[in-house]
Amino acid sequence: MPDVQSMVAEFVNKLRKRKIEGSQATAKCTVELLRSVISHQRVPHANQAAALIDAVKAVGQQLVAANPVELAVGNVVRRVLHIIREEDLSLTTAAMAGLDLLDASDDDDIDNCKGIGYPAMSAAVVAAAARSTLRPPSLQTLLEGTPESATVPYTSSSGADSESKTADKSSLTRKLKHDVIEGVNQLIHEISGCHEQIAEQAIEHIHQNEVILTLGSSRTVLEFLCAAKEKKRSFRVFVAEGAPRYQGHLLAKELVARGLQTTVITDSAVFAMISRVNMVIIGAHAVMANGGVIGPVGVNMAALAAKKHAVPFVVLAGSHKLCPLYPHNPEVLLNELRSPSELLDFGEFSDCLDFGAGSGSLQVVNPTFDYVPPNLVSLFITDTGGHNPSYMYRLIADYYSADDLVM
Amino acid sequence: MESRRNPRAVVDPKVRQVGFFTSSQPESSSTQPHQQQTDPISASASASSPPVSTISPSGNSLSPVMIPPPRLNSSDTFPLRGAAAGASSAVSPSSFSYSNRRDFPDGSTTASPGRHSRGSFVKSSTPVASSLPGIGMDSMAAAKSSSVPASGLTTVSVATMPPGLAEKASGMEVQSDQKKNSKPLKEKTTKAERRAIQEAQRAAKAAAKADGGKVPPGTSASVASTSVKAAKPAKPSTQKNEVAVAAGVTEKKGGPSEKDRKKDAPHPRMQYDDESRVVKAKRRAVVKQTEAKNRVELFRHLPQYEHGTQLPDLEAKFFQLDPMHPAVYKVGLQYLSGDISGGNARCIAMLQAFQEVVKDYSTPPEKNLNRDMTAKISSYVSFLIECRPLSISMGNAIRFVKNRIAKLPITLSESEAKAALQSDIERFINDKIIGADMVIVKHAVTKIRDGDVLLTYGSPTAVEMILLHAHELKKKFRVLVVDSRPKLEGQLLLRRLIKRGISCTYTHINAISYIMHEVTKVFLGASSVLSNGTVYSRVGTACVAMVASAFRVPVLVCCEAYKFHERVQLDSICSNELGDPNAISKVHGREDINYLDGLTNNANLQFLNLMYDATPSDYISMIITDYGMVPPTSVPVIVREYQKEHLLV
Repeated sequence: MPDVQSMVAEFVNKLRKRKIEGSQATAKCTVELLRSVISHQRVPHANQAAALIDAVKAVGQQLVAANPVELAVGNVVRRVLHIIREEDLSLTTAAMAGLDLLDASDDDDIDNCKGIGYPAMSAAVVAAAARSTLRPPSLQTLLEGTPESATVPYTSSSGADSESKTADKSSLTRKLKHDVIEGVNQLIHEISGCHEQIAEQAIEHIHQNEVILTLGSSRTVLEFLCAAKEKKRSFRVFVAEGAPRYQGHLLAKELVARGLQTTVITDSAVFAMISRVNMVIIGAHAVMANGGVIGPVGVNMAALAAKKHAVPFVVLAGSHKLCPLYPHNPEVLLNELRSPSELLDFGEFSDCLDFGAGSGSLQVVNPTFDYVPPNLVSLFITDTGGHNPSYMYRLIADYYSADDLVM
Repeated sequence: MESRRNPRAVVDPKVRQVGFFTSSQPESSSTQPHQQQTDPISASASASSPPVSTISPSGNSLSPVMIPPPRLNSSDTFPLRGAAAGASSAVSPSSFSYSNRRDFPDGSTTASPGRHSRGSFVKSSTPVASSLPGIGMDSMAAAKSSSVPASGLTTVSVATMPPGLAEKASGMEVQSDQKKNSKPLKEKTTKAERRAIQEAQRAAKAAAKADGGKVPPGTSASVASTSVKAAKPAKPSTQKNEVAVAAGVTEKKGGPSEKDRKKDAPHPRMQYDDESRVVKAKRRAVVKQTEAKNRVELFRHLPQYEHGTQLPDLEAKFFQLDPMHPAVYKVGLQYLSGDISGGNARCIAMLQAFQEVVKDYSTPPEKNLNRDMTAKISSYVSFLIECRPLSISMGNAIRFVKNRIAKLPITLSESEAKAALQSDIERFINDKIIGADMVIVKHAVTKIRDGDVLLTYGSPTAVEMILLHAHELKKKFRVLVVDSRPKLEGQLLLRRLIKRGISCTYTHINAISYIMHEVTKVFLGASSVLSNGTVYSRVGTACVAMVASAFRVPVLVCCEAYKFHERVQLDSICSNELGDPNAISKVHGREDINYLDGLTNNANLQFLNLMYDATPSDYISMIITDYGMVPPTSVPVIVREYQKEHLLV
C-alpha cells in the first residue's frame, strides 16, 4: 500500500514537471499505475466495486490536478472507472442469472413468495443493467438502476442465504478484481496497439503519388505513413518543422530513415505549399467531444489553409485521446505556455528595455497547443475506424460512463 | 477604340507633368492658326506631319474610358475643354512637346535623332507660334525631299519604341525645363477633322510599315533628321525633330497597339527547367553557381544553387571583372551575402550603384550613349540577378532607369546626360520610395487608435515607420511582432520598437491563432502587389492574413505604388525565390536541435526554403499606397493608370 502511494506521488511529480511527454506515454503510465492501485486495493466484502471506484477516483483526481492540460490522464482514469463499473455489472447480472436458475431449481419448495420475489427483483436488475450498458447516458438510466443499486439486492440475498452462497460470494469478489485487472490489461494492450490499428487503415487513405503535409512529431503519423510505404505506395511528405520545438525535424529524420521522400518546409510556408498538397495528416494531442482537436501549435493555421484549398484534413487519434469534455475557450484554457527561451535567449533584450521609465515592455508568448474547431476537420481515424467530427460525441459515449464525466 | 486608348496612355504622363510646368502659355490664340493649318495638311498630305496634330485631341477625348485619379481630374478636363473652346491653356500634352522643341535652342544638337530634338532647337525658329505652320510645311517638304522617305521615319519609331518610348519622348521634353511656349496648337480641331486626320495617319502608317520595316530603328531616325538638316540648317531641323517625334507618337497611338500590347505584357520569366536556356545563361554568367544536388521536385523551374559557394569565388575575381563597375559589384556581393535585404533597401542600393555607374560612365568612341549605357545596365542587372533574383520592385526600378536612358535626348552633351540621369534616379528614390513611404505613414496613422493591438509580421519597413510615427503622436497601442524562421527578421524590428519604448509582444508564426484573439488590426508589408490583388510578400504573410481574416481582424497591407506590377499570380509555386536550404536544417542558436545533421545529402530529404508567398486578395481588407487607401480590387486600376506615369516620372 505505501509503495502505491509513493508510486502515485512520483508519477504526480513527473506530470507536474512535464517530464512525460506525449499523450500515449502518459496514458500508458497512468493505466499501469491504476492497475497497481487496483491490485493493491483491499476490497471489502460488500460493495467492492464502490471501493475500487473510490480508490481509482482519488488517485485520478491527483493525477489530473497535476497536469490538467494532459487530457489523456483524465481519459484513462475514466476508462478504468468505466471498466470497473462494467465488470461489476456483468458480474451482477451473471449472479442474478445464477440465482434465477437456483430459484427455478428450488421452485418445488413451496417457498413461493421468495421464489416469486427473486425472479421479479432480478429481472428488474437485469433490465437496469441492460439499460446502463446501452451507453448513451440517458436520463432514464441515470434515474433508474445504477450499478450500485444493482448490487444491493444481491448482497442482501446472499446475506439471507446459506453458507454455500458465501463461499460463492468470496470467489465473486476475487473475480471482480480479477476481471477488472483483466480489463485494464486489455486497455493497456489497446493503448500500446493503437498505432498498428490505425496504421492498418493507411492503405485505404493514401494513394500513389500523393503529397501529404504533416506537422509536429507524432508516432501515430509516423507509423501511418510507414505502413502505406510498406504496402509499396510511393508518395512524398512535406513536414513543417514546428518552430520553437522543431519536432518536425525529428519526424523528418525518422521518415527519411524509413526511406520516405521527405521535404522539410518552414512553418510559414504552409500556406504556400498547401495548394500542392493532397492531404494533411496530423496526430492529435486530444480530441474533444464536439469533434474539436487539440494538436501541436500551428495546426489551426494548417487546418484553415487546408479548408481554403479544400484539402482533406485528417486527424489520427488513438481511443485514449478521446476526451468526453466539451471545450470552452480551449485556446487558452487547454493550453500551456512554454519557456520564452525557446524564442529569445535569456537577457537578449535586456539592454533595450528601460525598466525605470516603464514605457516599453516585452512579452514573449510560446504556447504549446492549438485548437482546431470541428468544422475544419474532415476525418478522424481512430483504432476503431474513420469517423466524422460530428460523430465523436457518440463514440466517446462508448468508452466512458456518464457518472465519471465529472470527476 | 484602341486607337483612342493608346493615345490616352500617352497623354497621361504629360498631363501630370503639367502640374509642374503650367507656366506655359497663354499663347493659345496665336497657336490656333497653326493648328488649323497643320490639320489640313495632315489630312491631305504626307504621313509624317499629320500625326502631330492629331495626337492630342484624340488622346484627350479618350479619357472617358479611364477613371481619373482625383488629383488628375483637373488636368484631364483641361485638354478637353481646350479642344472644345480653343481656350486651352498649356495643358495639352502635345503642346508641351512642341513647345519644348521650339524654344530650346541648343546649338549642339545638330546630329540628334528626332526624339531628342527637344533640346536642339534654335530659338530662331521660335518667333511666334503662328509662324510655325509655315515652318512645318517646310520641314515636311524637306523631309520628303531628303533621302529617307517620311514613311521610313515612322517605321523607325514603330520598330524602336517600346511602349513607353514614344511617350517618353514627349515626356522628356516636358522635363526639360524649358517649357515655355507656344503649343497648344492642335487642340482645336473638330471631330470630323480629327477623324480625317486619324484616317490619314493610319494610312500613312500602313504604308510606312510596308516599306519601312528594315530600317534599323535608331539610325533611321537620326539619319532622317540629319538629312533634313542638311537640307535646311536651322529651322528645318527643329521641324524635323518634331516630325520624328510626332511620327513616333502617332505610331503609338494609331496603329501598332497590338504590338505594343504584346510588349506591355510582362516578359515570361526564365524557367530553370528549360535546359537549353539554362546552359546559355550559364555561359554568360559571371557568378559560378553549383547546382544543388538535392533539388525540390516541385521547384525545378526556379534556380536552386548551392549557397555560400559563390561568395569567395567572386571575391577572388574582384580585380578581373573589369566590365563590372565596383559599385554594382559591391551591391551584388551584399545581396549575395544577405547584408542588404528588404525590397526598398535592395532597390535603393541598386539605384545608388547605378548612379555611381552613370557618374563614372564615359561613352566609348563610336558608340551612342543611350544604347551603350542601356547595354551596360543590362549586363549589370544580369550580374545582380546571378547574385540574387530580382525583386519585382527592382524590376520596376530598372525599367525606369532604362526608360530614362533611352529617352535621353541625343542633343545633350555627355555630361548633361549623365547629370540628368543621376538626378532622375535620385528623384525616383526620393519620390517613389522615400516620399511614398511618408505618404503611406500619413495615411496609415489615421487608422491607429488608442488601445489598439497591432500585429505585424517580419520586419516591413513601411509598417515600422508607421508604428514609430504613431508612437510619436502619443497614440497608445501595443504591438505584436510575429516572426518566423529562418530569417527571424522580427527580432530586429522588435529591438528597434522596444528601444523607442513601444510595448511589444513577440511570438512565432505557429502561435498566430493563439494570439489573434486580442489583435485589432494587422499591418503587413509587401514585396509587390500584383494586378489581381494578390499580395506577394515575405513567406508567412499569407498565413497571417488568413488567420486574421478567419478571426475577422482587418488586414492592412502597406506597399509603395512603385512595387505594383501588372503580372498576376495565383499561387506561390509558379514564381518564387528559394533561399539557402541549409538555413532550415540548422537552427540558429539552438545546438540541441540537431536531428538533421548529417542528413543534408540524403537523397530522400530535401529542404525547401521559400522566400515569398502569394496572399489571395480575399484576405486583405485594404492596401495602403502612396495613392491612398484602396481595396485590393482597385489594384489593377492603379497599375494601369499610374504605372506608365511612374516610369515616365
